[in-house]
Amino acid sequence: MVEFLIGLAATLAGIAFLLALWRFIKGPSPADRVIAFDVLTVISISGIVGSALVAGRVIYLDVALVYGLLSFLGVIVIARYLERRL
Amino acid sequence: MDSIFGIIGGLFLVAGTSFLLLGGLGLVRMPDIYNRIQAGTKATTLGTLLTLLGIAFLEPAWSLKLLLIGIFLIFTNPISSQVLARAAHRSGLGKLPANQVDRLAEDFGEES
Repeated sequence: MVEFLIGLAATLAGIAFLLALWRFIKGPSPADRVIAFDVLTVISISGIVGSALVAGRVIYLDVALVYGLLSFLGVIVIARYLERRL
Repeated sequence: MDSIFGIIGGLFLVAGTSFLLLGGLGLVRMPDIYNRIQAGTKATTLGTLLTLLGIAFLEPAWSLKLLLIGIFLIFTNPISSQVLARAAHRSGLGKLPANQVDRLAEDFGEES
């Protein structure tokens, strides 16, 4: 039962990742791509924490925390670039 | 692992990833930039928090680190969505015929 629910959750997150990736590839303007990148990183944090659950290793949670920090800084920097051309 | 905590955690996981799926779907289906920011940021914030809660039910020993990641997400996700909306407005990509009223341009002293 729990294994089935974890598999279903992984499938749903994978579909969400593919949808956001479609917008990232197709997006007509750079702002659309940055939004899609933000959504991709948030879904990836869920994926990393889920892989920590499946692999049973607590160190992956630290990886998720550092990944969230760096992706947040990346989104802020790209948004500043779109706003003022650095 | 197949206890009542496991079932509750699995259901939270499925609910959270359903919100992630709705966020991705809104990102594909919404018509312009501001609607995509709205759909993509808030739904994924709730989805990630529910996923972290489900994993905290499945592995109760990890609760402190999961709480740390959740607090970090609560602080950073609204900031990034606000910065993105402001960048879309300032770079002129958000000028749409449907936007009749533009208070932010009035605050900046521009002609909208």
